[in-house]
Amino acid sequence: MDIKRTALDRQGQANDAPALVPSVDIVEDQNGITLKADLPGVSKETLSIDVDGDTLTVEGAVALGESKELRALYAEVRVARYRRSFVLGRDLDTERIEASMRNGVLTLNVPKREHAKPRRIAVKAE
Amino acid sequence: MFPSLTRIPGDLFPDFEALQRQVEQLLGAPSWPSSIRAANRGAFPALNMGVTGDTIELYAFAPGLDPAKISVELEKGLLVISGERASELPEESDKVTVYAAERFSGSFKRAISLPEDADPGRVQATYRDGVLKVVVAKRESAKPRRVEVREATV
Repeated sequence: MDIKRTALDRQGQANDAPALVPSVDIVEDQNGITLKADLPGVSKETLSIDVDGDTLTVEGAVALGESKELRALYAEVRVARYRRSFVLGRDLDTERIEASMRNGVLTLNVPKREHAKPRRIAVKAE
Repeated sequence: MFPSLTRIPGDLFPDFEALQRQVEQLLGAPSWPSSIRAANRGAFPALNMGVTGDTIELYAFAPGLDPAKISVELEKGLLVISGERASELPEESDKVTVYAAERFSGSFKRAISLPEDADPGRVQATYRDGVLKVVVAKRESAKPRRVEVREATV
C-alpha cells in the first residue's frame, strides 16, 4: 500500500472537512507497534496514510456505491470520511511501515528502529 | 461520498452531535422521540437506511467480519442483523502492552423496522469493505405508478 511522506496538504483544505474518528486498537511488542482501525466503507483505493515528520495520519473516504436516487430514512453514520492522527516516537521507523486493508479494517505495523529494540545491557564487575 | 444518505434535515456537523450528547448527559434522556430500537449512539454496527423507487437499502457498518457468519433475518417487517466479532487483542504481558482497545468485540444484534412496503420474499445481502448492504425489494403494488387518465365514456 502506498504511504505518502509529504509535508504538503497540511495547510488545511482537506483537513478542515468534518470527519469521524475511527476506533482503534494499539498494541506494542518488542518489534514495534501494531495499529488496527475500523474503517467500514473505506477501500484500499480511498484510503490514504500520510507520514509527515513524526505524525502519522490515516484518512479514508466512505464509498458505498449506492444509487443516486437513494433517499435517507435513517442514518447513524452521517459523515462519509474518517480521519485520525498519531504522533510517533523517534524510536519508531517510519520508513518501514506496513499497511494492509481487509474487510474495512486497516492494520498498520510500525517497526522499531534497530537500535531502539530492547537490549540487555551486561553489567560488568569491576 | 454518499450525500444522499447524509442529507437529513437537522444534520449539521458531528460537533453538533457531540454537543447534543453532552446536553443529553446533563439533562437526562432526550425529550424528542426516537426509534425505540435505535439504542444508544455508538452501538455496533452503525446502521443507515434509505429508499429508492424500487428498493429499501440498509447499510450496516460492520468491519472485520466473516460474511459467512453474519446472520440477517427478516420477520414481520423487522430486519435483524446479528453475529460476533472476536477480539484481536493479544494477551498483555511484560513484553506486550495494549495502549488502546476501542474496537468493538463480542456478540452483537441490531434490529430496525422496515417500511411497510418491504417485500420479505426478495432480500439480498452483500458484504464489501466491511459494510453489509441489505437490499429489500418493495412490493409491486407499492411501487410508484403512473395512472393514466381516460376520458369518461358514460
